[in-house]
Amino acid sequence: MNALEFIVAGMLAAATPFLLAALGEMVAERAGVLNLGVEGLMALGAVIAFIVVYHGGGHLLGFVAAGLASTALSLVFAVIALGFRANQVAVGLAIGILGQGLSALFGKSYESLTVKGLPKLSLPWLSDIPVIGGLFVEDVVVWLSLAATVAIWAIFAYTKTGLVVRAVGENPKAAHALGYPVIAVRFAAVAFGGALAGFAGAYAAVVYTPLWADGMIAGRGWIAIALVVFGTWLASRIFLGACLFGAVSLASLAAQTTGLDVSSQLLSSLPYLVTIVVLGIISSNRRLLKLNGVASLGEPFEQ
Amino acid sequence: MSALSRPFLPVLVRREHASLAIKLVAPPAALGLATLLNLGLYLLMGRDPAAVFHAMLLEPFLSWASFSEVLLKMGPLLLIAQGLAIGFRAKVFNIGAEGQFILGAIFASAIPIWLPQATGQWIWPAMLVLGALGGALWASLTAFWRVRLNANEILVSLMLALVAAQVLNYLLLGPWKDPAGFNFPQSVMFQYDAMVPILIPGTRVNVSLLIAFAFSLAAWVFMQRSFAGYKLQVGGLAPRAAGYAGFNEGRAIWLSLLIGGFAAGLAGAAEVAGPLGQLQRSISTGYGYAAIIVAYLGGLHPIGIVFSALLMAALYIGGDNAMVSANLPVAAVRVFQGSLLLAYLVAIAFVRYRLEWRHAAHGSAP
Repeated sequence: MNALEFIVAGMLAAATPFLLAALGEMVAERAGVLNLGVEGLMALGAVIAFIVVYHGGGHLLGFVAAGLASTALSLVFAVIALGFRANQVAVGLAIGILGQGLSALFGKSYESLTVKGLPKLSLPWLSDIPVIGGLFVEDVVVWLSLAATVAIWAIFAYTKTGLVVRAVGENPKAAHALGYPVIAVRFAAVAFGGALAGFAGAYAAVVYTPLWADGMIAGRGWIAIALVVFGTWLASRIFLGACLFGAVSLASLAAQTTGLDVSSQLLSSLPYLVTIVVLGIISSNRRLLKLNGVASLGEPFEQ
Repeated sequence: MSALSRPFLPVLVRREHASLAIKLVAPPAALGLATLLNLGLYLLMGRDPAAVFHAMLLEPFLSWASFSEVLLKMGPLLLIAQGLAIGFRAKVFNIGAEGQFILGAIFASAIPIWLPQATGQWIWPAMLVLGALGGALWASLTAFWRVRLNANEILVSLMLALVAAQVLNYLLLGPWKDPAGFNFPQSVMFQYDAMVPILIPGTRVNVSLLIAFAFSLAAWVFMQRSFAGYKLQVGGLAPRAAGYAGFNEGRAIWLSLLIGGFAAGLAGAAEVAGPLGQLQRSISTGYGYAAIIVAYLGGLHPIGIVFSALLMAALYIGGDNAMVSANLPVAAVRVFQGSLLLAYLVAIAFVRYRLEWRHAAHGSAP
């Protein structure tokens, strides 16, 4: 298997934690809520899933438990940021620190333990295509994540639900005047984002690298928040961005195994450097951000 | 349906005047709430809450030996938080102080690592200056990205903090590794003149605490008394008004980030030239992130921050105590920090709002 085939085969799996977390954050931001706690939500989901799977609960239960735990933590965010109208940046940072702390606390006695991942399912015929065939051999969570991407895209493109969420984020006063429950919609969007962040963490801990190590999320939650900007709040572009980051993290792995003479620290910081560069490129196009951005992002709503 | 049969619901109502009393009561109330929640957690974990409470919150203040360690930890937290608070009040969210702190440590270490034989009283001051410049330089990348490229400073500063940790790893595993250090990722021990003088004999408390207090005073003068500080605050409270008044937003962002980076870099330099005495991985223990909590807990006010820095430093020392005496994992300190900030954010909501119990209204009449 050459480097290109290696990257193609693993790209979607590596992209999945980014994709799930970023889609969840996108929904919250579309409703006007900036939740910076994604890193902590992912870390909590990761440790809960790992503990459940390690004790024989199975992957399904692991994902459900991770989703519930991260949703619960995201509701703490919602109560304080939306209920008490506290500064969303500060609440998000606090949730992030709390989630990472709880993750380290719960995972302490599981350090370096491993669990079994999930089997890959291959699509007939497509998986036999040379070079890109590896794209069609993925585990069930990857397939479900792709379906979720399409579903979220369709909800925002075609349904009234998507329109209501966007209205609440764009102009909460007008949405309220039309009779839409602004705070309730925002609560729901934050909880949805929390659940997806939990799934993202669970995937990272019990499928992608099924080994527990404190701090294993390693900035992926933050990159997911950046991906929402890269994707200009559109599910389709967030998917492309997540694939880019999946490929980048695999490329640094491939470079390390082929013995390319680059320091491993440089390769480890590659995803962060790419984030900084891409963020600069996309953000400097002010029109693009204005066109797609969410007008009331981060602003508390008062009737 | 009669009004009485409808459920009572709590509603936040804006106060006519912000309540100063609650502003002062909020931090202790938050500490109390966070303490209760965390003691409950320790109980669930099967630890003795009374023992943890004693080790974590009382012991740091009970002996001079441990209180002097609190003062030692207070220095960097105070410095970084004062720098960050200035930016936060201008709504410039530099959350990558950890990276600026690491770069400060690296820049400062360059002198003793490249000139191990040098002597003279100029060395430690030069290290502090170089460290502060290193921190400001790292922060200037974020400022450039924000002002010139319109990129979100929260994300850029955080990514740069993650990169800084890798730069530190690279130096300690490669060019700056002590050749006689048994392959540990650490630099050589610094010479005597590269160490910051001790402030209180018999303890490890050094001159950097004095510098942190001087910086706090300067921050107070800057924010409460200077026109530049006033412009920053207007930019944070009412960006449009600041724009009409001709206050330059780009300059405010540059200033906020450079001050934040300068202070964090200085703190990093003081760590390697103080308690550590060499560049090592343990330089990065999350002071940069904890300082964000310190800044908020102090109400983003230079005087409040002095108290919150003391509290946070005591929490670190108390956490170490509880680890030894009550077998509490280190991560418990991070959980405490996060819940403390959340409790505070709830508490200060009551500065501007009061809770009223109302009957649930029919329909959505505002």
